[in-house]
Amino acid sequence: MPDSSLLPAIGTLRADFPILGTMARGKPLVYLDSAATSQKPRQVIEAITRYYESENGNIHRGVHYLSERATVLYDETREATRRFINARSTREVIFTRGTTEAINLVAHGFGSAVLRPGDRVLVSTLEHHSNIVPWQLACERSGATLAAIPVLDDGSLDLAAFDGLLDDRVKLVAVTWVSNALGTISPVAELVRRAHARAIPVLLDGAQAAPHIAVDVQAIGCDFFACSGHKMLGPTGVGVLYGTEQWLDRLPPYQGGGDMIDTVTFERTTFAPLPSKFEAGTPDIAAVVAFRAALDYLTTVGLDAIAAHEHALVEEATARLSAIPGVHIIGTATPKAGVVSFTMDCAHPHDIGTVLDSEGIAIRAGHHCAQPLMRRFGVPSTARASFYLYNTAEDVDALVRGVERVRQLFT
Amino acid sequence: MDLGALYQEIILEHNRSPRNHGELPDATGHAHGKNPMCGDEVSVWVRTAGDRVERVTFTGHGCAISRASASMMTQALTGKTRDEALALFQHFHDMVTGAGPADEAALGKLKVFGGVSRFPARVKCASLAWHAFRDALAGGDHDGDPAS
Repeated sequence: MPDSSLLPAIGTLRADFPILGTMARGKPLVYLDSAATSQKPRQVIEAITRYYESENGNIHRGVHYLSERATVLYDETREATRRFINARSTREVIFTRGTTEAINLVAHGFGSAVLRPGDRVLVSTLEHHSNIVPWQLACERSGATLAAIPVLDDGSLDLAAFDGLLDDRVKLVAVTWVSNALGTISPVAELVRRAHARAIPVLLDGAQAAPHIAVDVQAIGCDFFACSGHKMLGPTGVGVLYGTEQWLDRLPPYQGGGDMIDTVTFERTTFAPLPSKFEAGTPDIAAVVAFRAALDYLTTVGLDAIAAHEHALVEEATARLSAIPGVHIIGTATPKAGVVSFTMDCAHPHDIGTVLDSEGIAIRAGHHCAQPLMRRFGVPSTARASFYLYNTAEDVDALVRGVERVRQLFT
Repeated sequence: MDLGALYQEIILEHNRSPRNHGELPDATGHAHGKNPMCGDEVSVWVRTAGDRVERVTFTGHGCAISRASASMMTQALTGKTRDEALALFQHFHDMVTGAGPADEAALGKLKVFGGVSRFPARVKCASLAWHAFRDALAGGDHDGDPAS
């Protein structure tokens, strides 16, 4: 396995993740569900503890020491996030609870300030429900309609069909960068280029991309980008919305409350400038502060090294699972991020998940919140193993042994 | 963890060769149930004559537990009166949710699903067809998620 050449010694890296040394069902944990949520390195866990033990205060409010300290840490994370995704300015970086809230924020704004009856929002068949349902709600409110770019048999977007769908009715293209269910990496820079040629803005769901791929929002040229801290070694409760200033200025506030105002009277309220306009109320400050530690960790290891490591694991797992009779890989398009989605003739994904769980192996079994995609492939659900920087060749061995055990049990 | 407690041989056998699998054209009641968590779906058809359950069939897609549970349910309910069928529903429900001691005499072969109570993620798999049956028994056509 060429899995360690680009990474720090894998043993050293794994030692940073306390949970990887624990047992599940009496067996050493084999964690292959990072696409659902990643595990956290000690550096992130310690940042949360440190924050609550010595840095906790509310941000942007007080004159006292702790308030100032918390504000500085919060704002430093915003700057670290700006660098991580290469945004032009911290005014373009909004903290949300996660990708879902980030997309809802944009969908809410489009629903009330942009979309009109007859307009169209274009998503794709690869989408997670969180990049479908907010747009359906926005369409219902505005009288716009939703359309989806179809997917080819290998799990990649049908780019010819995409061109055909780009007409004057389309007011936004909202697509995922990496499919959570299949791992397909879409050619997002090319999608943006084609949409922008018709002056159509593009939102990228980066929840599954940001953990694995170096993000440069300026190079890609997208108008919006969303990701979740908890999938990229950070805590739950923090996510990021990137939007160009031009668009964020145009959209109305998502929620009203403290921190997002300039002046409030009972007659009229004026809103704070970006990014505060979209950050009403006290956020999950501890999560934001600890997210900084996650970004630092990913940057230190290096996204390119992580991608190469995962690629080797996915290739190995795909080859060995494919060789097992009755196993079908769903989504064969390349390139792919750290996901192997599969079905078995003899067993339902739930049963695969339960048998693997009894061996201490955590995978996801189900529709992956992507029911239209499951329908496209004619399956109710799949079993999904997802890999991250801390997985090893031994984890692939365990997965393959577990799948063999499923076959023995159910045939 | 003892997988054998969950996947007993009779469950695996019913999963491979489900009984009473198919639609029932002269059904007096039908209900469709789904588990939104995993996408599993089951349709249950019931034909009653007077107070008695004459025939129960099912279709759908789901895991071994839900398929075997539906299959064994159709056998257990055939010939029961309404009250007997509803009592069996309650015994089965109590067993898989761990709500009370299983009445092994009443449950008969169905007691092989007792292990499910130790797998919280699988309780709904075992009970999905039963909830659909209860709705179908009421007569008419019930489409959607049966009350759980």
